[in-house]
Amino acid sequence: MSQENAIEVRNLVVHNTALTAVRGLDFTLPAGARMGLVGESGSGKTLTALALMGLLPMGWQANGSVRHDGVDLITQSDRALSSRRGRTISMVFQDPLSSLDPVRHIGQQVSSVIRRHTQASKKEAERRTVDLFRQMSLPRPEQLMRAYPHEISGGQRQRIMIAMALACYPQLIIADEPTTALDVTVQKQVLRRLNTAVQERGSALIMITHDLPIIAAMCDTVAVMYAGKIVEMGPVAEVFRNPRHHYTKGLLDSQPTMDNIALDGSSRLASIPGMVPPLHSLPAGCAFHPRCAAATEQCMSEVPTLDDGPRRAACWHPIGATVPMEVA
Amino acid sequence: MAANDTSLVPPLLEMRQVTQTYALNRQSLLGARPQLTVLDNIHFDVRPGEAVGLVGESGSGKTTLTRILTGMEKPREGHVFYDGRDVWTGGAEHWREFRRSVQVVMQNPRSSLDPRMRIGSSLLEPLRSLKIDGDHAARVFEVLDQVGLTRQALERYPHEFSGGQLQRIAIARALMPGPKVLIADEPVSALDVSIQAQVLNLLKDLVNNLGLSLVFIAHDLSVVAYTTSRVSVMSAGRIVEVGKPMDLFVRPQAEATQNLVGAILTVESGLAGNALG
Repeated sequence: MSQENAIEVRNLVVHNTALTAVRGLDFTLPAGARMGLVGESGSGKTLTALALMGLLPMGWQANGSVRHDGVDLITQSDRALSSRRGRTISMVFQDPLSSLDPVRHIGQQVSSVIRRHTQASKKEAERRTVDLFRQMSLPRPEQLMRAYPHEISGGQRQRIMIAMALACYPQLIIADEPTTALDVTVQKQVLRRLNTAVQERGSALIMITHDLPIIAAMCDTVAVMYAGKIVEMGPVAEVFRNPRHHYTKGLLDSQPTMDNIALDGSSRLASIPGMVPPLHSLPAGCAFHPRCAAATEQCMSEVPTLDDGPRRAACWHPIGATVPMEVA
Repeated sequence: MAANDTSLVPPLLEMRQVTQTYALNRQSLLGARPQLTVLDNIHFDVRPGEAVGLVGESGSGKTTLTRILTGMEKPREGHVFYDGRDVWTGGAEHWREFRRSVQVVMQNPRSSLDPRMRIGSSLLEPLRSLKIDGDHAARVFEVLDQVGLTRQALERYPHEFSGGQLQRIAIARALMPGPKVLIADEPVSALDVSIQAQVLNLLKDLVNNLGLSLVFIAHDLSVVAYTTSRVSVMSAGRIVEVGKPMDLFVRPQAEATQNLVGAILTVESGLAGNALG
């Protein structure tokens, strides 16, 4: 049982009868480490998360290997996975309103997670739930126990979801766009709570989002997904400061920030032309080539793979590559 | 955008002292129904060819303001002027002109386009409902050109397009009756990052090339700053601050503005480790 790694993913493929949405993913997340998974809709990032959780929608299937806590999650039975979820691996979803039961008290929902995975008595579980609410800076935690999801704000609901995911000190937490459905002004507060809670427990974190600033604030490493594959990965600071893949650079350049908005309003944002290709008609070669300014004939026919080293990119013409010089 | 000073030109679309209240449910059998003030003495205007922004948290009143600005809702108090005339007392002919000249682009193009209607029919719909005569086919081609779409799009259905393309189509539909003012309510927040920039650039081009006025409503100050030259900040039904986007960033005065500026996350602050500070 590998204690150093929270999760090891090897050649993960997620497909249904017609489509392959995740096309061979490899990554390793050491215990307590934090990885960001960046991608647009259709990049396969959410299906990747669901595959790790054993929660793929009907008709979808995962192949490959996902080592976690000494077992391969792909080969585990539904029953074994279900006893794991919330205990060693847990997930925070995008929309807290649709992930909470509308007809049960919030306190009951969170404490039932604790009771399911530990020996705690009802009273003890409730006491720990109140503690969790307090840790998440939720107002009036005792009264909150008897509240229904519709009675509290979206930011509070998402903090409840985080409390629930963290209740049993899991080794790995997967957060899928945890703040996208929230107002900007509460986003930071929720991220801050998630940040410290994960830190205190020493859990590993996979943060799935299309929002690059959130990855920069929360993660150590980042993997950029495009059309079901990782096209670039490495330490966050290096990838974001010196992207090697043209897609990563395009994403970074298209963010409106205070630095790239000219005062006179004359500036234009760099944008990536075209659109994300649909899964049923992926272009040959590098899937990004129709939108890439640096594409050559090689890119149209040959599929690039991630090169080796700490700053991996899957590109035939990575940015900043030195052209090999012939020795005279 | 701000090349020629528009501050001396009279506003094209204007709200003056608008207050909107809704009646809530009775608390007791004989008591009066309590009133909820959603907009409180609002002044808001946009001049010809000007791009203005409106930011605020959810619940601050942005949507109600938009509904009143577009004539979908009548304000309890105050007036809405289009081209110098009150739209609610200006007569049928002026109302028609107002409805034709002020067009809206919504947040989610997937729900604002009829899934059973071909794009071509969707584009013609505003001309039909506003009873606008003329060469409709020519107008369709002209507008497609302005938003960067090909004629093949006309025969297709909404589900065949990506979110970014659909937003272009929604913008095209808003342009069909030849509006003077375009009101865009969170037009990029439902779109992917790599597509957002395309749509923001398109809106900017329309203001510059067609001389349109733009009212851009969003919760993200940096997106608004990119497209507009004057921004109003809303909080709890009031406009609490108006200024140039850069001034609001550097010297936010009102608490609501400070909260919005403080909420902005950037890649650089994240990497520096002080983003969540």
